[in-house]
Formats: sequence, C-alpha cells, structure tokens
Amino acid sequence: MLYFIYDYTFEGLLTAIFDIYNRKVFPDRIQGGHLPVPLFTETYTVVSDPEKADRVIEGLKKKISRQALHHLFICYLSEIENIEASLFRYIRKTLESPSGIEVNFADEDVLFLSKIYKKVQNEAERVKQFVRFQKTADGIYLAIMDPLYNVLPLCSDFFQDRYADQSWLVYDSRRNYGLFYDLRKTEVVHFDQPIRPLQTGKMEDEHLDESEIAFQRLWNDYLKAITIRERKNLRLQRQFMPKRFWKYLTEKQ
Amino acid sequence: MKLNLLLTEHSFIFACMNPQIFDKLKLLAEAAKFDVSCASSGTTRSNAQKGIGSAAGWGVCHSFTEDGRCVSLLKIMLTNYCIYDCGYCANRRSNDIPRTTFSVSEIIELTIEFYRRNYIEGLFLSSGIVRNADYTMERMARVAKDLRTIHRYNGYIHLKTIPGASRELIGEAGLYADRLSCNVELPSEQSLKFIAPDKDYQSIYRPMHYIQQGFLESKEEKKKFRQAPRFAPAGQSTQMIIGASPDDDNRILHLANAMYQRPAMRRVYYSGYIPVNTYDNRLPALTAPPLVRENRLYQADWLMRFYHFKVDEIVNEGHPNLDLDIDPKLAWALRNPQFFPVDVNTADYEMILRVPGIGTKSAQLIVASRRYGNLSSEHLRKMGIVMKRAKYFITCRELPLFTVQEVKPERIRELLTLPAKKKKDAEGLMLNF
Repeated sequence: MLYFIYDYTFEGLLTAIFDIYNRKVFPDRIQGGHLPVPLFTETYTVVSDPEKADRVIEGLKKKISRQALHHLFICYLSEIENIEASLFRYIRKTLESPSGIEVNFADEDVLFLSKIYKKVQNEAERVKQFVRFQKTADGIYLAIMDPLYNVLPLCSDFFQDRYADQSWLVYDSRRNYGLFYDLRKTEVVHFDQPIRPLQTGKMEDEHLDESEIAFQRLWNDYLKAITIRERKNLRLQRQFMPKRFWKYLTEKQ
Repeated sequence: MKLNLLLTEHSFIFACMNPQIFDKLKLLAEAAKFDVSCASSGTTRSNAQKGIGSAAGWGVCHSFTEDGRCVSLLKIMLTNYCIYDCGYCANRRSNDIPRTTFSVSEIIELTIEFYRRNYIEGLFLSSGIVRNADYTMERMARVAKDLRTIHRYNGYIHLKTIPGASRELIGEAGLYADRLSCNVELPSEQSLKFIAPDKDYQSIYRPMHYIQQGFLESKEEKKKFRQAPRFAPAGQSTQMIIGASPDDDNRILHLANAMYQRPAMRRVYYSGYIPVNTYDNRLPALTAPPLVRENRLYQADWLMRFYHFKVDEIVNEGHPNLDLDIDPKLAWALRNPQFFPVDVNTADYEMILRVPGIGTKSAQLIVASRRYGNLSSEHLRKMGIVMKRAKYFITCRELPLFTVQEVKPERIRELLTLPAKKKKDAEGLMLNF
C-alpha cells in the first residue's frame, strides 16, 4: 500500500497530482496529513509547491473551461471522505482524453462531481440565506453557523460586498474558524477558547447592542404577520429551511 | 463612517422611543401578505462607495413562513387606509379594521436594520390609496429615493404602482426601484368591474404602459451613454386572483401570455383566492383556497416561459381548464401521442424538453452527454430523469417496450394518477354570480 500524504490544501492536492505524474507512481490513496495511516503502509509526503500546482492547472486549462476548473475547487471544499480519489480520477481522465470530458455526464466521476458541486453550492447558498447577524454591544454584527461543507470561502465576497459599511464576523463553529471584516478587509480568525455562543448560536443578552432585542422581536412579529394561515404547510417550510439551521435562526427560538 | 454611526445611533433611539412600531408592523405586514411576489432577482448591483447592500442577480430567500412561502423582502404597506372598496381585499374602505400609517423614516429604518442583520434582500412596498393615486405614489417614491440617495442603500426595492398614478411619479419611482408592479387583479375586466367597481383595466394598463416606456427609453439611453440612469432594471410584474371570478384557465393563461409579450414584463403571479370578506356575496364561498389549480397554472406558466410551449397547446377552446390530476405537460403529451416516443440520443433539444419527466436541466445534460456516446436508461436515471413518467415517452439505447404507442394514453393516465390520492379542489363549489 502506498499513501500520498498532503497538507490538506487544494494547492497541496494539485502538487500531489503533479508528483504522481512526475514520479510515475500511482498511490492507493491520497489523504490529508490529519488522518490516521494504517500500519505497514508506505507513505510519501507531498510538499506543497505553487509552481507544481500551477502546472497542473495549466494542463487542465487546455482541456476544460475555467468554470469547470473552479468547480473542482468547490468539490474539494466538500471535504467528503476520499474526495481526493474522485478529483484525481477526473483530472486523469481529462488530461488523458483528447478534448476533455467536461460535459460527459454519462461518466461516473463527472456525474458524481457535478452532484457534489451542487451540494456544496447549495450549502453556500444556505449560509447566505440563513446567516442572522446579531449586533453586539461593541458594534460588530456576529453570526455563527456550522455548515456541512467548508463553504465560508465561497461566501466571503458576498458578505464583504453587501455589508461593506459594517464590521461583521461569520464563524464556522464546526471547523473553528471565522471570517472577520473590519471595514477594510476580510480576515480569517479563530477563537482560542470555546465560547458559549458557539454551541448555542446565540449571544448572551448582556453582550448585545441595546436595540438588538427590539429588532429581533420586530422580525419575529413580521414573519408571523405575513403567514397566510389558510395555506399552512409546515412540511414545505422544513423542506426549504432544514431543521439543522433552526438553532441559528432568530425566528425559530 | 462618522455619518453612518450617527445614523444607526439615531435609529435605535427612534425604535425604542416609539412602541407603536410593533403594532404598526404587525398590521401593515398582515395587510400586505396577499401580494405573492417576493422575487428579488433580475438586478445585479454591487455596493457603491461603501454604502450598504448589493443585489445579487439571483434572488436569495432568507426565511420561509409556516405556509412554506419564501421571505426575501420586507413586504409591507405604507398604509392600510384606502379610499377604494374592492371586494377581494381585506383593506377595503367598508371594512371596520384598525388602520395605521408608517412614516417614511420608519419604513427606511426597518428596511435598513433588517437588511444589516441579513434578514432580507430588500423592500417590497405597497399601499392602500389615500386621498388620491398621486399623493400615495409620491410618498412611496420618496421612500425609495431617500433609501438610495440619503442612506446609500443598494439592496433590492420593489414598488407597487398605484392605479391611476401619473407618468411623472412612475418615472420617479422607476429611477430608484428595481422592479415596479401593477396588478391586473382579476383575469377579465368584466370580473374586475363587478368585484372592484372603483377600478377598470384602463387605470391598470396605463401605469403598466408607463413602466414599459420608461424601461425601453432607459435601455435606448444606455446604449448612448453608459452612465444614463437605469429604470426599473428588473422590469415589472403583475398578479391575478384565481378562483374569485368565473374566468376559466383558458382566459387566465391567454391573458398571462399577452402580458409576457410586453418587453418589460417578467412575471405573472397567480394567487389562489382566500375569502377575506365572507359577507360579500359577489364572491364565491370556498371551503379551501384553490391551491391545486394555482399550482397547475404555475406549471403552465413555466411551460410557456421555459419549455417553449405555445399557450394554445396548453389550453384552448376544446380544453378550457387545466387537468387538476396531472400536470399540464403530461396532459399535453397524452393528448398528442403522435409525437412520441422521442429518441433521446437523436431528438432535438426542443423535443426532449417536451417529454414528461425531463426538466430543462436534465434536457441540457442529455444533449451535452450524448456527444460522447449512446445513453442508456441507467444513465438517464442517474442524471435525475423521472423515469416513472418519462419511460412511456422515450426510446434510448435499450428501452422500451411500453411506450405511449403500445399502452394507450388513457391507461397511462390511470397508471400515473393511481397511487396518489385524488386531489380535491374547492374550485367552483358555489358561485353566486
């Protein structure tokens, strides 16, 4: 058994693929350094190298559209079990076919990755939908989320463009990092210690801006008022707004 | 930055000082709830000079109410006072209900504070008519203008236009709003005059025409000067009430089709009638809103807009109403078995679109993938095609034994409606015309 171990970044994965072609050895598995390796497994540690990664990208660009290339990155963000294998097979088929396989949805890997892409995109969309900022006493708009996939990188531009004149923090409690915007730029931040709101999704009242509770109440009242009772359909509501988001929703407390 | 801090500071004092705001919001949101449109799509606008907000191009639904409807916009009325007495409307003059009015600054504040918390994509402002059409329209346009110019707000704004409003005020509204709308309310003028005697089609079509003109003129201007102001870039929409009048689906869909021929018209909404004024015997007594019929109308609407169906193929004199048990695409296929089965490996995209069980996305996947090789039914299933319906209407690599040619249309109809319980619709139980 041969395992390629990489640093769990997209660049690292592309470097691994470069090394595979360069060394002409095919590993049984490519996996991130944080995962355990079974006993008696031969390992090769990939050293991330932007130049090597670029060469893989250049190769791919000749066969697939920029869009499809970006989709590969999005699939990578799914972090699902052994996504590396699917990505590697896709890239290999692409490089080895005369004109690419981008839209051949009869191919298992193409279809599989197109589905993963959709799932990750949907999750990013849901973060944009269901983030609820709470205004804190120091004027920062704070929201906590635990998306299934690592989608904050896909939401960063959206929030930065939209909320350009307010300081905000969107925190992924599952992966323990957040995006913080300080009116100039967006940065990645971590809480060193687990703070309570990370579990509950709620800030304690004493840390909130004085007007916050009033606006939360107004929002709840508003949603109740626009419901048409004659058309009640809770199943439909849950379908669009899955229960796992409810703990972060002001209106579902 | 300083200015902005001042504004938010001011706003919170305002909200706390005025406890009436809670009651007002409840009343004026309740009053606006029957407007269906909640679309926030159609405009892409990035944030200008570090103001607040953007429009994403596609809509974002931020919440869903218990009726399963998307909440994308803060949908409220400026006031629920009204000088009109329309039979289908809860805010009609003759109803004895609590009345209230938002001030312009209250609406602005609610919009911005909700927006900052990512509750909404923007504002949908409608209004009862006070004094006269222009007085009301002027107030509404001012909300939009202040949001854009004073508060540097770049989010979505949808304004209802008031029937009878002047060209100047609609022109003003269009400069600041993304979308303007004017509801035709009922599918025929005869029904409208009967139920809402204060209104006629002319008072509705005229503002629609102004919007269209403004939209087209601004498009022309834009060609000459890039900086020319945009006019309602997301176009206009309209809405009609279904099941409050005896108009059939043929009438409704032909009217919708005529609307879609207008260059700026983006959406026609169908709103199943919910009896709000049960004492008014010009309106039918329904036990439940005609939700199935409403759903079928939307499906038919989609067929016209995305599936290249002509309205006459969906409804006509011979088939004036949509079949409530099966969707209109399947109904068309069963009425026209001579076009099937379709070979997915060779047929035109247009024809694949017409197969029941294949949507626009699947049709695109099929057309893209078949260049690489013949598609089998297993491929189709994996791509997400609903084989339960599609199998009677297609051939592919190995399929099929029982297409619509072997199994008769009547039998397919039976097979496909069998497991689902027969749906009841309250439609047409009692019509007191």
